[in-house]
Amino acid sequence: MIDRRTFCKKSMLLVGGLALPLAAFELFDPRKLLADKSDPAKERWVFLVDTEKCVGCGYCVHACKVENEIPYEANVTRTWVERYVVTKDGKSHIDSPKGGRDGFTAGRIEIGEGKHEEIRGEDVNKAFFVPKLCNQCENPPCVQVCPVGATYATADGVVLVDRKWCIGCGYCIMGCPYGVRFFHPVYHVAEKCNFCYHRITKGMKTACVDACAFDARRIGNINDPADPVTRIIVTERVSILKEEYGTKPQVYYLGLSKEVK
Amino acid sequence: MKNHVWRPLYVALAIVLLILTARLFLVPEDFGVHERGYMYGWYRKGNEAEWRAVKVKYRTAAYCKECHAKEYDAIKGSPHSRIMCENCHGPALDHPDDPPTLTIDRHRSLCARCHALLPYKTSGRSDIRGINIETHHPEAECVLCHWPHNPKAEGKSL
Ligand code: HEC
Ligand code: HEC
Ligand code: HEC
Ligand code: HEC
Repeated sequence: MIDRRTFCKKSMLLVGGLALPLAAFELFDPRKLLADKSDPAKERWVFLVDTEKCVGCGYCVHACKVENEIPYEANVTRTWVERYVVTKDGKSHIDSPKGGRDGFTAGRIEIGEGKHEEIRGEDVNKAFFVPKLCNQCENPPCVQVCPVGATYATADGVVLVDRKWCIGCGYCIMGCPYGVRFFHPVYHVAEKCNFCYHRITKGMKTACVDACAFDARRIGNINDPADPVTRIIVTERVSILKEEYGTKPQVYYLGLSKEVK
Repeated sequence: MKNHVWRPLYVALAIVLLILTARLFLVPEDFGVHERGYMYGWYRKGNEAEWRAVKVKYRTAAYCKECHAKEYDAIKGSPHSRIMCENCHGPALDHPDDPPTLTIDRHRSLCARCHALLPYKTSGRSDIRGINIETHHPEAECVLCHWPHNPKAEGKSL
């Protein structure tokens, strides 16, 4: 017969043994630990949006949808253009019909459910366009909330989604303060802008940057001090979106206005 | 110690072992903690290559120049010099192999994206000459009167 003392001893030992994760048996590789700090990535992709230059033609949204195979008629898009019209009565009117895919060709503002509001030219105090896309945050909250390791940040600073790994729980879509994530209508997994990873890693620019005729969108490498985009970010007055969230977004804006959230 | 104590423990151990072996086969070797550490870099490394392998569709003007030098030179010397060819002709993909020819979009909405008059003095839109789409020769396509590759030249003279 087993006595109480040995029973307690043995079961504690067993519980302790079961609680040890496999990782505890992994040997530390000092080179691997050091590598993180001593070898900064050659590239860290950043984006620069000049809202003064954007004319709202929407070619960037069009090109993005085609390049990245986002179903064209589905009302989802990796990047979009918002229109802000501030009228003399102090109201700001904001719209982005179909994400701006077909451009802004009329003065009326979409107010939802297919309805529009007519705005007269003489009532406009200021009006401008703001392109939006994934901020590829240095501290991406969307990555932290993923329970299965399906979304992650690469060494060159781009947040990607593993379509084979994603279980479609939607936590990341809720977790993104910028609302850039959505469900892919075909694959039914989380989808987002990835700075056209297949283009930038081949030395090309993103599809939206190439489609922009006005230099409103530019992509650069912040780790290269000679990069023209880096020059602008370090020498000019750039701003970022929702700084208070501490996500350290890597999409920088020129000429933002207080109406832009 | 008696058998009836050990037996359930053996079962539990077997289940744990089973899960660990299953994990060994189901989780790919490249799944783990990578450059950005446990917080942001816990993923399947092979997925990076999958994203890199996505097909490039827009080839940009430098590619068109090889074969369509006439159009290239015309547009580069015009106010439209910065507009990507493929904005108006669709993505090149493997053109001219596949597709052998690209579309020519003559629709008015193509030009309206930039030239529809909007009263926005504070945006870049105000630097582009705007027209009223409803009243500016609504009966015809824009390219009947304005050459898209060089809008300064008139009609199809180029
Ligand atoms: C390797 C040579 C080559 C390259 C590069 C090339 N094209 Fe072509 N393109 C052709 C050929 C050949 C045709 C077929 C001509 C025909 O059918 O009359 C063609 C046809 C076209 C047409 C239709 C012309 C018509 O009259 O119907 C357009 C538009 C066009 N190309 C645009 C482009 C654009 C834009 C690019 C760059 C993204 C490009 N091409 C790159 C060879 C090329
Ligand atoms: C603003 C839109 C626009 C842009 C940008 C543009 N095209 Fe065109 N292109 C047109 C239209 C519209 C036509 C048809 C004109 C017509 O015949 O009515 C055309 C015709 C053509 C044709 C057919 C041959 C011809 O001359 O009729 C070729 C080839 C072509 N474009 C190549 C190019 C290339 C190469 C570029 C970039 C360097 C380019 N296009 C940029 C709108 C554009
Ligand atoms: C991506 C934006 C964009 C698109 C699309 C576009 N244009 Fe333009 N267009 C410009 C810019 C920028 C200028 C130069 C500024 C100006 O003169 O207004 C210009 C100038 C012009 C001019 C004045 C040329 C002059 O100096 O006399 C005409 C006419 C014109 N475009 C016609 C067209 C037509 C026709 C189309 C459609 C095939 C078209 N544009 C599509 C941006 C665009
Ligand atoms: C029937 C011929 C015709 C058609 C079709 C036409 N235009 Fe024009 N367009 C003209 C003429 C002529 C002028 C110069 C006289 C003027 O300012 O009205 C002109 C002027 C312009 C200008 C310069 C305006 C300025 O203030 O200098 C632009 C931009 C323009 N057109 C764009 C377009 C666009 C975009 C379309 C298609 C939606 C189009 N046009 C269709 C004949 C035409």
